[in-house]
Amino acid sequence: MLDVRVLATARRFVVVAMLGACAAAHADPAARLDFDAARHLLVRTGFGPTLAEVDALVGRSREDAVDAILASARSEPFVSPPAWTATLPAAEERPHPGMSADERKAYRARERAALVDLRGWWMTEMRETPSPLTERMTLFWHNHFATGVQKVRDPRLMYAQNALLRREALGNFSRLLHGIARDPAMLIWLDGGRNRDGAPNENFAREVMELFTLGEGHYTQADVADAARAFTGFGVDRAHERAVFHPRLHDDGAKRILGADGNFGADGALDVLLAQPQAATFIVTKLWREFVSPTPDAREVERVANAFRASGYDIKVALRALLLSDAFWDPQNRGTLVKSPVELVVGALRMLPHDVAGTRAIVAATARMGEVLFAPPNVRGWPGGDAWINTATLAVRQQFLARATRTSTMAMMVPTQAGTLERLLLPLPPAGDAVSEALAEREPAGVIRAAMLDPVYELK
Amino acid sequence: MTCDRRRFLRDCAALTVARFGAPLGLAGCATAVPNGSRLQAASGASTTTAQPHRAGYDRLLILVELKGGNDGLNTVVPYQDPRYYALRPTLAIARDAVVQLSDRAGLHPSLAPLAEPWRRGELAILQGVGYPAPNLSHFRSIEIWDTASPSDRYVATGWLTRTFATVPTPARFAADGFVVGSYDLGPLDGGARAVTLGNANSRAGHAMHAATPGSVHPEALAHILRIEADTERAASRMQDNVALKTAFPQSPIGNAARIACSAIAEAKDVAIVRITQTGYDTHANQAPTQARLLGELGQALVALASGLREIGRYDEALIVTYAEFGRRPHENSSGGTDHGTASVHFALGGRVAGGFFGAAPDLAGLSTGGNPAHVIDFRSVYATVLDRWWGVDSSSILGGRFAPLPIVRA
Repeated sequence: MLDVRVLATARRFVVVAMLGACAAAHADPAARLDFDAARHLLVRTGFGPTLAEVDALVGRSREDAVDAILASARSEPFVSPPAWTATLPAAEERPHPGMSADERKAYRARERAALVDLRGWWMTEMRETPSPLTERMTLFWHNHFATGVQKVRDPRLMYAQNALLRREALGNFSRLLHGIARDPAMLIWLDGGRNRDGAPNENFAREVMELFTLGEGHYTQADVADAARAFTGFGVDRAHERAVFHPRLHDDGAKRILGADGNFGADGALDVLLAQPQAATFIVTKLWREFVSPTPDAREVERVANAFRASGYDIKVALRALLLSDAFWDPQNRGTLVKSPVELVVGALRMLPHDVAGTRAIVAATARMGEVLFAPPNVRGWPGGDAWINTATLAVRQQFLARATRTSTMAMMVPTQAGTLERLLLPLPPAGDAVSEALAEREPAGVIRAAMLDPVYELK
Repeated sequence: MTCDRRRFLRDCAALTVARFGAPLGLAGCATAVPNGSRLQAASGASTTTAQPHRAGYDRLLILVELKGGNDGLNTVVPYQDPRYYALRPTLAIARDAVVQLSDRAGLHPSLAPLAEPWRRGELAILQGVGYPAPNLSHFRSIEIWDTASPSDRYVATGWLTRTFATVPTPARFAADGFVVGSYDLGPLDGGARAVTLGNANSRAGHAMHAATPGSVHPEALAHILRIEADTERAASRMQDNVALKTAFPQSPIGNAARIACSAIAEAKDVAIVRITQTGYDTHANQAPTQARLLGELGQALVALASGLREIGRYDEALIVTYAEFGRRPHENSSGGTDHGTASVHFALGGRVAGGFFGAAPDLAGLSTGGNPAHVIDFRSVYATVLDRWWGVDSSSILGGRFAPLPIVRA
């Protein structure tokens, strides 16, 4: 028992020592990954990695490991989505003015059930995909182009947007942005369908600059007004669930957007935004907060943004540069980010047997932790970071983990060295004593439970 | 009354409604009034079941979990048995030191506060509580206790959750149960209306970690530790809502008892409160640790009894201790004891019929693993709570008929 505690203490010292030694270290793409480094790469680019996934990366170079993860990217889901996503509903199944109260009620119930279905499917996809990074990026773009079913009110359109986000998850940001501008769910969400010649609606034009490409302070109200005119003419054909363009409703007059003059349409206006150097900086800064640390380094961001721009917005180029940066590997940045509810839940489930909780329970649990997929609080997305944790959500998170790690559900786990489990699960030494007590018991299930209930498990 | 309950829920920032699988906010707990048929379910005027109800859920159950597995043999000491002294060359408690209760058994000296309720006939000592085919894993064994399952069967819901699913608490109740000092809902897991009140036992040190200048914690961890500290502070401040004259000892279990007592005083309507005391897993150097823990336990139980008397609930309260297992009679070479099986537990309250129940461990007849067989099945303790205390038929909940113990006076 004593040796185990000494080991835990020793690890704490090592971390402290490394904090000093590595601050000035230079990134070495050929550096070989040790266990902790491999784990760090996997937890930051996926959900809770399994021991086998970590072992597979140990000894490989940083560059090699990062490239392998990027090469696994997918553009289609691994798990088949619900069958209803592939068919159009019959006309009588759609809401229409002549609907009776009962029909309307039945329609709403179907819609709610479809949403639960959709959320459960996505969380299953996250758990089972061979490319966790694809789902992390799909989730990143869902939060970036945050669209809520509260207003869209059509699970099929939410799925269609999800498919677009996945198709370009690690693809091209320019293509993704152009796709989003004519995505039916987005057109409904930000009133694109109400934006027409002579009666512009600025909702999308403002958010595309403020939240999707440039950030506040990098455009003026005049830019918003003229961009809104450029985006006029789109609508949604609800019966066929697709975007349509009505040339007669489009304002094809002259516009001035961010100093550029032209008779811009939607694509032209988006290209003006993408031509701004700030666009790459803005996206890379957000990616830094997602993958590297809560405190972006402006010079490093600029270096990565230059590469991103030069590649014509190849998302893999930006991610590769971030994942091979000094900062990404700096031990001081490990355990500095809070796991989102979905990351916490999917990560725990990937470690545990599949039957620990039904899909509905998993979806409900993340909802109570503050993250309802397809229903972000508003177009800014989830605040994230430390804001995930408050007195209510922390208790819900820990109760979920307590329940998920009840031993009967872990009975079938392969026995593993208890100390390895601790290092697999925790990015930093545990904050409480329960882990070292469990290590003394040499019971893997107990170590998993204690580690998952330690505050440090909330971090990545 | 409703207002009081709402205020209670609102004031308590540490509260979390923990009903797995069902989205319920804090307000939901106060306002989600189930349909009227639940109202009288357990009130004696029940129409939902033919089962006769005597007292229903106005009678309170307080479970005290001795987490880690308390050493029963040094809790109630067979001070006349030479085998005890042979098995415990360094850990045995000298005959002169025990608090003698009978000509054979005495309490650990740290439990001296319990002599008073013993004299008043309000303390039942249940000896040899366990179950067949015992499992020596903390995690599996407490799961068996929490779910009241046979040791070879896995059951998904806590025994109290099944109780409240069978006979719901009245809708006016603030919750089915309060959980103090643990994230784990234990017997309330799997669907009961359980409300956690802070985590009084937990990592008091965390707040200090977070506050230490120059500490190497990243900001995110410091934030989480602050939230934990906030939760604990809010929970412990609940005592201000109901000022109790009773003084509670300054210890984790003392704080938990205080939080429990003031929550009962304020919410009034709750069927069960579970308090957890941690630290009993004494594999090494057991003597000072167990002496401290039992001292804190004894003082906390007496303070809890006194607090319940102050708020007029002592005669309707049944306090029962439990743990995943006891410890091995033969002490180990580190001055500690390893995981065992059957152990001793206490029942305390104004209606408890005091005395010894079960039997002292048969130290001459230990199993090959060195552990005693159980004398009282733990499900008999639960059957006592269900059949004799609440008047709820126990057989469907416990999956069989277990004889209640005669520890409750009419």
